[in-house]
Amino acid sequence: MNFATRGLLELQETTLLAARAFRGLFKRPRYIPETIAQMDAIGVGSLTIIVLTGFFTGGVLTVQTFPTLKSYGAQSQTGYLVAISLVRELGPVLCALMVTGRVGSAISAELGSMVVSQQIDAMRALGTDPVRKLVAPRLLALLVSLPLLTVLADVLGIFGGWVTAVLLYSVSSSVFISAVRDAITTDDLIGGVVKPLVFSLIIGTIACRQGLSTEGGTVGVGRSTTRAVVLASIVVIIADYFLAKALQVILGTQ
Amino acid sequence: MSTEIHTSASTISEQAAESTFHEVDDRERAIPAIEFRDVLLAFDDRVILNKLNFKVMKGETKIILGGSGGGKSTIIKLVLGLLKPDEGQVLVDGEDITDFSEERMMHVRKKIGMVFQEGALFDSLSVYDNVAFRLHEQGVPEDEVEPEVRRMLRFVSLEDAIDKMPIELSGGMRRRVGIARALVGDPKIVLFDEPTAGLDPPTARTICELAMKLRDLEDVSSIFVTHEMNNLDYICSEYAVVGEDGKVVFEREGERLCLINSKVMMMREGKVIFSGTDESLRRAEDPYIQRFLRGH
Repeated sequence: MNFATRGLLELQETTLLAARAFRGLFKRPRYIPETIAQMDAIGVGSLTIIVLTGFFTGGVLTVQTFPTLKSYGAQSQTGYLVAISLVRELGPVLCALMVTGRVGSAISAELGSMVVSQQIDAMRALGTDPVRKLVAPRLLALLVSLPLLTVLADVLGIFGGWVTAVLLYSVSSSVFISAVRDAITTDDLIGGVVKPLVFSLIIGTIACRQGLSTEGGTVGVGRSTTRAVVLASIVVIIADYFLAKALQVILGTQ
Repeated sequence: MSTEIHTSASTISEQAAESTFHEVDDRERAIPAIEFRDVLLAFDDRVILNKLNFKVMKGETKIILGGSGGGKSTIIKLVLGLLKPDEGQVLVDGEDITDFSEERMMHVRKKIGMVFQEGALFDSLSVYDNVAFRLHEQGVPEDEVEPEVRRMLRFVSLEDAIDKMPIELSGGMRRRVGIARALVGDPKIVLFDEPTAGLDPPTARTICELAMKLRDLEDVSSIFVTHEMNNLDYICSEYAVVGEDGKVVFEREGERLCLINSKVMMMREGKVIFSGTDESLRRAEDPYIQRFLRGH
């Protein structure tokens, strides 16, 4: 099988998996406790890395842009630049990449281990559909958690930018906040939430698909985990480009 | 007179009803629990099963022998619908499941118990939750689940391990918990995929005894995939009976009874090279079979 055929087959299988998982959400039995447990593991469990990533990204944005803006006499626009960059791009993308690294790898490794130890076969043999029991709750948990984590990263990023601007560069607090207010529009907020929704779908389906297609024992688990993280990260970045353009067209901001 | 006629008529009708009942019962028993018809399965160019035909009758244990990579475990996966054949038909209780969707297979799987090679217990669940898995999925109330789980764990003599996690169990205990989990819901078909591989002889014997109890006391049809000859010796030469004190005892063939409901099938490279009783297997002249039996 050549590279293109394999790629198309993988795309087909991943899409079918996502479709089956979504159908599973509307059928009984509903796995509510599993979904809540996954939200805890994915959402609450990722809080620390998202807080740190958001805060320091906002801070470094100020560090990198303030001198340039100052040379143009536009240092009062630091808050504007930090807020726009974070809400439109860095918040959603960095959050998605961090969650891919932490959650995508964990999902893939867990499902892969279950495959090689025949737990997935056992589940099917006991009359339970692993897609509904394992994939659907993880996807739903990601769909709920990632937008919330992104909003948190945005807020903390702006806070990090404010702290740096005020303490390091003596920018007036009210000037910074006023610039942030001017920068963020409703369209930015819509885009900032739509993107994580799409990213969570990408991360969840790729991680679950790679985990469930694990072959070759424990070495295979390592391989599928690496593939899940690499593939999901690349697809997130590529999807971000097309989403940014699509949102500009749809929201009329181009 | 009329009373006599009435009485004899009612006796005849009772006899007719009884004979009809037996006829229905016998007819049902004549339908194989599992049947393979010309089943062919290949992965790319490699043929795994080549036009396989066999039946497992109700209450029968079919021991499938063969070396590694001979397609033994694949048979079990086909019965469960975990794999689909390229050609041929797989029937469970007379129903052709070959083209069943995953959703329809879920219903078929509910009447089949499966014991995996390493137990395949869910690591994140306790022994209790593992055994109760099928009942929890079906939404059975907890006050009905616990007695059933305890009954099954008693059957495999592991009631004390109810609160343990799988990681705390030995290999033999994991297999026995796997058997208990497979037997929840009293399935009439049980599939064993090399359940004694890597176990010490006494533990392997315990697993075989459980298979014999299912065959002789519960009327369960089963496929027992193995490559260990002592499994064959136990299952084909001993049977389980309930002794006078109510305990299950195992007697050797010929002591009181000689009607053990087990057949042997030997596979090599996806083909059946022998099918029959263990006695005729031992008499077979095929050099591969003789080498397999002697171990050299």
